[in-house]
Amino acid sequence: MIYALTDSWVVAKRDLMHWIREPVRVFAGMLYPVVSVLIFAFVFGSAMSVYGGGSYQEFLLPGMLGQAIAFGTAATMMVVSLDASRGVTDRFRASPMSQTGVVAGRSIADLVNSTLEILLLVLCGLAIGWRWHLGIVSALAAVGLLLWLRFALIWVGIYFGLLLKPEASSASWMVLFPLTMFANTFVSPELMPPWLRLVSEWNPISSTVAACRELFGNPGVGGDSWAAQHAVLLAIVWPLLLVAIFWPLSVRRYRDLSR
Amino acid sequence: MAVLAEGLRKTFDKKAALDGIDLTVPAGTVCGLLGPNGAGKTTAVRILATLLRLDGGRAEVAGFDVVRDAAEVRRRVGLNGQQSTVDAVLTGRENLVMWGRLYHLSRRQAERRADELLEQFGLTDAAGKRAKTYSGGMRRRLDLASSFIMAPQVLFLDEPTTGLDPRNRGEVWREVKRLVAEGTTVLLTTQYLDEADQLADQIVVLDSGKVVADGPPDQLKSKLGGDRIEVVVRSAGDLGAAARILGAAAEVDADNFRVSAAVEDRVAALTRVTRDLADAGVEAEDIALRRPTLDEVFLTLTGHKAVAA
Repeated sequence: MIYALTDSWVVAKRDLMHWIREPVRVFAGMLYPVVSVLIFAFVFGSAMSVYGGGSYQEFLLPGMLGQAIAFGTAATMMVVSLDASRGVTDRFRASPMSQTGVVAGRSIADLVNSTLEILLLVLCGLAIGWRWHLGIVSALAAVGLLLWLRFALIWVGIYFGLLLKPEASSASWMVLFPLTMFANTFVSPELMPPWLRLVSEWNPISSTVAACRELFGNPGVGGDSWAAQHAVLLAIVWPLLLVAIFWPLSVRRYRDLSR
Repeated sequence: MAVLAEGLRKTFDKKAALDGIDLTVPAGTVCGLLGPNGAGKTTAVRILATLLRLDGGRAEVAGFDVVRDAAEVRRRVGLNGQQSTVDAVLTGRENLVMWGRLYHLSRRQAERRADELLEQFGLTDAAGKRAKTYSGGMRRRLDLASSFIMAPQVLFLDEPTTGLDPRNRGEVWREVKRLVAEGTTVLLTTQYLDEADQLADQIVVLDSGKVVADGPPDQLKSKLGGDRIEVVVRSAGDLGAAARILGAAAEVDADNFRVSAAVEDRVAALTRVTRDLADAGVEAEDIALRRPTLDEVFLTLTGHKAVAA
C-alpha cells in the first residue's frame, strides 16, 4: 500500500504548511507553555514544595510536558471536527485516496507538532535550571513515553472530533484543563485530600509524568500507591488501553458517517 | 447511462429521506435535481457519490455499482459539496497539486495538471496567491477545478451557486457548460429554477423524498403554464378590455386591477399586447412578463408550498 504512505504524507504536509504559513498562530500556541513554565516556576514555585524534597523547577518540567501532551488532544479534535464540518472529510472519502492515509497523516502532523513542543519546553526547562541526570538514552526514553501518550490521545481526539461540532470541540479545554490538574503534574498527590489523591494517582497523565521524572532523574518519584511505584509500566499500558478503546470507536464513528 | 438509480431508499431515524427514487442520466448531459430544503436532493447525491449507504434499491454510476464497486466509482466521479473545501491557507496551485497527489498522480503530473486546470478555470493570474484572498466566485471555481483533477466522467454538484452573487453565479454556470461540452455528465442539485433551466437537459423535481416531476425543462415549463404576461390597469373599467386583448385564457384579479395570461412567444406577445392596449385606449399602470417562481412550481406539482428548512 504505497499510496497509504504518499497519501498520509500529503495530508501531513497540508497541516505542516499551515504552521509555516501562519507563524503567528504557532507562536501563540508555543507562548502558552513558555509562559506557564515561568508562572509556575517563579510565581507559584516559591510557595510550592515537593513531597520528599527537591527542586520545584526540576519537579515541574515533566508535569508541564505532560500537560502539553494532553492539550494536544484539543488540537487534534479541532482539526478533525473542522475538516468534517467543512466537507473536507467528505471529499477525502469520495476520492480514491487511502482512508488509512487520512489518519496516518493526521498522526504524523500531530506527532511532529508535539515533538517541537517538547523541544521548546526542554529548552525552557534548561533555562530555569531543570536537568536530566540519568543520561541521554534514559531522557530519550522519557520523550518516547510522552509521544506514545500523544499517539494514544490522537485517537481520543479523532473520536471526539468526529462526534462533536467545531464549537463544542473548541470548548474541550474545559475538560482537559482539570484533567491535567487532577494529576501529579504540578503538585504531588501526597499533598491532596484522599479522594482526589486516588484520582490523581491513577490519572494516565500522572503515569507518564511520573515515568518521565523517573527517567529524567527528577524529584517527586515514588509514593505509597501501586500506580506511583509502577509509573513506567503504566505509562506504557495506559496509552495502550486508550488506543484499544478509541481506535475501534473512531473507526466505527468514521464508518457511521456513511449511515 | 452515466447515472442509473432504481428505487433508492434512505431512512434517517425512521423518517424516509428518500422514498424510492428512480433516476436515469444519459452520458454527456446535465440533470438538475430541484426541490426545497429537505426534499432529499443532497441525500441522493451523497448516496450516488458513495458517501452514504443506501437502505434500498440500487444505483450505478459510470457503469459501476455504488455499493459493490465504490472504489471504481470514486475513481470516476468528482464531488462538489455545498461548502467550499478550498484550503484558504494554501495557494490556488498548492490546493490543486494536493488534490492531484491524493488522486495518486506523481508530483510532476500533479503540477502539470494543476497548471492546466488553473488555465482552464481562468485562475492562472491568481495561482500563486493564497486562496483566502480569492473572491467567492474564484474560490468556487478553484473548488470545481479541484474536483476535476481526473476529468471525471460524472460530476456531482450540490447547490453549486448557493450564496454567490449573480456575476459569480454566471461564472460558475459558464464553467459547468464548458465541462459538459467536453463530455462530462453533471448531476446538480439546486433550489433555483432558473439555474436548472440554464444548465439542465433534464429536470427532476423532488418533494419529501419522492420524484414529483421528471422531464426536459421545456416540457416541465409548459406543464406549469410557462411564462405569463401581466397587465395592471388604472381603472376597474378597463379590466374587461384588457382581458379581451390578452385572449381567452386571461385571468382577472379585479381587486388588484390585474389581468394575466400564459404566453409562449414572450417578446412578441409583449409588443402585441402593448400596441393593442394603446389602440384600445386602455391606460396600463404596468405590463410585465413573468416566469413562474419556484414556489409556483412546487404549488403546481405538489399542491403545497415549498417550505424552507
